[in-house]
Amino acid sequence: MKYTEDHEWLRVDGDLVIVGITEHASEQLGDVVFVELPETETQVAKGDEICVIESVKAASDIVAPVDGEIVEVNEALTDNPGLVNEDPTGEAWFFKMKVEDMSQLDDFMSEDEYKDMIG
Amino acid sequence: MVPFAGYEMPVQYAPGVMKEHLWTRENAGLFDVSHMGQVRLVPHSGDVADAARALETLVPVNILGLAEGRQRYALFTNDEGGILDDLMVTNAGDHIFVVVNAACKADDIAHMTAHLSDAVSVQPITDRSLIALQGPKAETALARLVPDVAEMRFMDARVLDWDGTPLWISRSGYTGEDGFEISVADDRATDLAQALLDMDEVEPIGLGARDSLRLEAGLCLYGNDIDTATTPVEAALEWAIQKVRRRGGEREGGFPGADVILDQLENGAPRRRVGLLPAGRAPMRAGTEIYAGDEKVGQVTSGAYGPSLEAPMSMAYVATDHAETGTELEGDVRGKRLPVTVADLPFRPATFKR
Repeated sequence: MKYTEDHEWLRVDGDLVIVGITEHASEQLGDVVFVELPETETQVAKGDEICVIESVKAASDIVAPVDGEIVEVNEALTDNPGLVNEDPTGEAWFFKMKVEDMSQLDDFMSEDEYKDMIG
Repeated sequence: MVPFAGYEMPVQYAPGVMKEHLWTRENAGLFDVSHMGQVRLVPHSGDVADAARALETLVPVNILGLAEGRQRYALFTNDEGGILDDLMVTNAGDHIFVVVNAACKADDIAHMTAHLSDAVSVQPITDRSLIALQGPKAETALARLVPDVAEMRFMDARVLDWDGTPLWISRSGYTGEDGFEISVADDRATDLAQALLDMDEVEPIGLGARDSLRLEAGLCLYGNDIDTATTPVEAALEWAIQKVRRRGGEREGGFPGADVILDQLENGAPRRRVGLLPAGRAPMRAGTEIYAGDEKVGQVTSGAYGPSLEAPMSMAYVATDHAETGTELEGDVRGKRLPVTVADLPFRPATFKR
């Protein structure tokens, strides 16, 4: 698992990258009440704001961590946004991306490095 | 913790906003609202009616008719009919006791001092805390310490003894639940809060849940839903203006902005505060623009997810033509038009002990 400075985790599965938010991020957000997912079969560029998460506190964006194509989204989050709090690094993945250049992931943090960042 | 009107306030405790909200609706939530302003208006004459008469020059509310030991919601208005603040007013027998919003208290005290000093001594209380205990089990919990609270009904106010400490208790609050607000000397406040928190029914509740609770209850947050640019009629607060202060009433007018407000009471206002229920799950937050077709007809002033409602909810001002319950409108959420329906307030009926 790799981690970004935007508190997203990435898990590589063949030529796909699965993306979600970290437990730390879900705790900071508080109870999630709404998730807006991206459209599948769309090309996104690193840094694009492609998802919205609304918690009882505020709205936050999820950005595309790398360049690629959105191939699948987790529809379960639409009906049950609370999954993001219950199982942020498991069942509550947000989307799967098809990534041509996996070397984009090289610069992201390891779990230990991420833990150091959040203190 | 977040800064709020010069105080450090907890947004939430460990359980989080959602659980705190639901706990308050099912049990009892304890809120530290000591940031709010407590002020005594002590009549020079010794007759509380003189203090009531004086206060009526600043609010469109029947204060003279408020019996001893009773509390009432009121509004300070300005010359344009706008709202300077909303407040709670109690007839404490030999004086009037008011509770005002934290962010407005300095202005409110200056306002009362400037206009009421001929009749009353305006005395800000700076050595008392304010604790709210709200929810269906609030009576059970508080009655363990102060048995006589069980005899109080909604909007009663009493001074009752707890362990040698006088508590100024009112049966009121801002969550739509039965409950109490308790003014207690600062040096006993922690002990009182702890004695309540030690009970199984009581948990501490932060600002986040306070906001979702009051919004479900259809109650205005000053600075969001009402301010100097909104009139009581636009804000759908006509119920706070008793007949005696309206046209044809015994003490008609005589408060700032009376011409505007009395006219709107008879003829309506161009816009109105309403509830909005979004069709989808996306909350429509403060600032969301509301449309009827291509025409912008209003704006959201408060919006959140309602944990008891299990749906998003908003309060908005919309043009009166579009304010009828059931009217279908659209909200602009991040560039997308999403359907909303105008709904009655409160979203959730109050459960006061009348």
